Amino acid sequence: MDFSALSPVSLIVSLMVAATPILLAAIGELVVEKSGVLNLGVEGMMIIGAICGFIVAVETGSPWLGFLAAMAGGAAISFIFAVLTQYMLTNQVATGLALTLFGLGFAALLGHSYAGIKPPKFGSLDIPFISDIPVIGPLLFSHDYMIYISLMIIAGVWYFLTRTRGGLVLRAAGENHDAAHALGYKVIRIRIMAILFGGAMAGLGGAYLSLVRVPQWTEGMTAGAGWIALALVVFASWKPWRIILGAYLFGGITVLQLNLQAAGANIPVAYLSMAPYLVTIIVLVIMSSDKKRASLNAPACLGRIFHASS
Amino acid sequence: MNLLKTILAGAALAVGLTGAVSAAEKVKVGFIYVGPTGDFGWSYEHDQGRKAIEEAFGDKVETVFVESVPESADSERVMTQMALSGTDLIFATSFNYMDHVLNVAKKFPNVKFEHATGFKRSDNVSTYSARFYEGRTVIGHIAGNMTKTNTIGYIASYPIPEVIRGINAAYIAAKKVNPDVKMKIVWVFSWFDPGKEADAATALIDQGADIIMQHTDSPAAMTIAEEKGIFAFGQASDMTQFGPNARLSSIIDNWGPYYVARVQAVMDGTWTSTDTWDGIKPGMVKIGEFSDKIPADVQASATAIKDALSAGTMHSFTGPLNKQDGSVWLKDGETADDGTLAGMNFYVEGIEGKIPQ
Repeated sequence: MDFSALSPVSLIVSLMVAATPILLAAIGELVVEKSGVLNLGVEGMMIIGAICGFIVAVETGSPWLGFLAAMAGGAAISFIFAVLTQYMLTNQVATGLALTLFGLGFAALLGHSYAGIKPPKFGSLDIPFISDIPVIGPLLFSHDYMIYISLMIIAGVWYFLTRTRGGLVLRAAGENHDAAHALGYKVIRIRIMAILFGGAMAGLGGAYLSLVRVPQWTEGMTAGAGWIALALVVFASWKPWRIILGAYLFGGITVLQLNLQAAGANIPVAYLSMAPYLVTIIVLVIMSSDKKRASLNAPACLGRIFHASS
Repeated sequence: MNLLKTILAGAALAVGLTGAVSAAEKVKVGFIYVGPTGDFGWSYEHDQGRKAIEEAFGDKVETVFVESVPESADSERVMTQMALSGTDLIFATSFNYMDHVLNVAKKFPNVKFEHATGFKRSDNVSTYSARFYEGRTVIGHIAGNMTKTNTIGYIASYPIPEVIRGINAAYIAAKKVNPDVKMKIVWVFSWFDPGKEADAATALIDQGADIIMQHTDSPAAMTIAEEKGIFAFGQASDMTQFGPNARLSSIIDNWGPYYVARVQAVMDGTWTSTDTWDGIKPGMVKIGEFSDKIPADVQASATAIKDALSAGTMHSFTGPLNKQDGSVWLKDGETADDGTLAGMNFYVEGIEGKIPQ
């Protein structure tokens, strides 16, 4: 066993890369759920974002345009979900699952001729001198731009939800849609906007996978990341900052166990792969055991259909 | 309205009739894949085999396939559905479908099943696999010659005999030409998860590996190798487009000829339950073209090994070989029997680490 090859700095850098797709998708889903909608189609929106971003980045040569296209693609497919659940009042769980299946199939179709192509390289922060400082440089000042953007998005969502009137209204729609409606807020419109934001973030997370983390397009490449993002929202008990903690923990366990294996440590791999899911279940159990805490966090109208009857 | 109903009923009847007629003439062949056909690795090559059947028999066959079928009870449902819809021959193309294949086969004695890489058979279940380990011997030889850090990274999927055999074969061949070589093995517990495969490749490279081998299905590791400027080998498929500079060679699965032969046997009524395990010689395992990054003398010696394996004058597992714990496995000149290889559950001497349980 040789732990000298294990560098904490490169471990942290790779765990951030591994965590960013689920971090982005989870923060989007958090906003959606805060508005009272449960969208299980995260996986489908992510893979659509992955291929839309990939196609545009390859065709234009600009990863930035790729990321924008991924957001547009994710939002566009989530709009289908929005129309179905908000106007046609379909069941959110079933519609979300259908969205995932549709997204996976549609992305495979779109990406048919894009396998085996190399996307343009996405840049990293590089400040002269500062990025070269040992330890602090690689830890803080030389990630790719999207990592900084993802953290800014978390901060922005936190600010919006807790410090602005718009955030208050969005949470009101999620806590009690009838009361919000009675006060004159457009519950449906608020929710559609939240769903579109969730789609855009999932798309961005997907594109991070296809443009930065793996840099290639392969069918079904999200391989369940969307479901982890959904679990993360629960793990974070609907608090934006905890999404960072959760995502880096999920990503960290994966990266750490791979690195420990490469270093030759005899660790029970199967259990470590399971660990993030076990932690989520434990969090769920703890939350449901304490009714008061749970009611503080989970949006009360989550997954319930709103019909403006009066 | 009534007219519409009549037309629809007539159409439905017509469809039903033609269905019955064509079912009697055509042989219907079903495939289940563990990943998407667009993985450009394992499932992709099985699908190439399916296309070879269509090409060979044209109108006389009908093929259906379901991709990304989990290796769980889900696969039983998919195979049952296929059997119920008149499929004559079903190829189940992943190891852990094993027990599910046998369960479904019991219920449909008239449907024939072919299970890839498994070892359990019955009257209507055949097994088939390729001696991928022969390919591992060739690429292990190349890797042993070319590594500068003396560290080969190996991304493994599940601790099953086929994967362990590949690790051992590659290590033995690398060790023979480079006594200092080390193999770092990472188990990802998935056949197809590009994100995790990429993370595993990064972890191995961070820890000094300058050549990556993989036993997973996506080209993610090849992409990372290309990005980091190290070498890798195509797995199951050539993968050259994913790493034009990184790819040294590849082990290519070539299922077409076997699939065509088995469909022919069903047509002729000569199909029986068999166990096929073919290697380089019959062409089930192919070695991809050597990259010009490989020095000429290594190319020559690798070709010689390939030819010797093909001619049967060389065996990938030839003694003296010890097991990891130091006990004797094969005496000098002795070669491994297929039974031991099929159930291989130990590392050979020199490999560090334990096989996860």
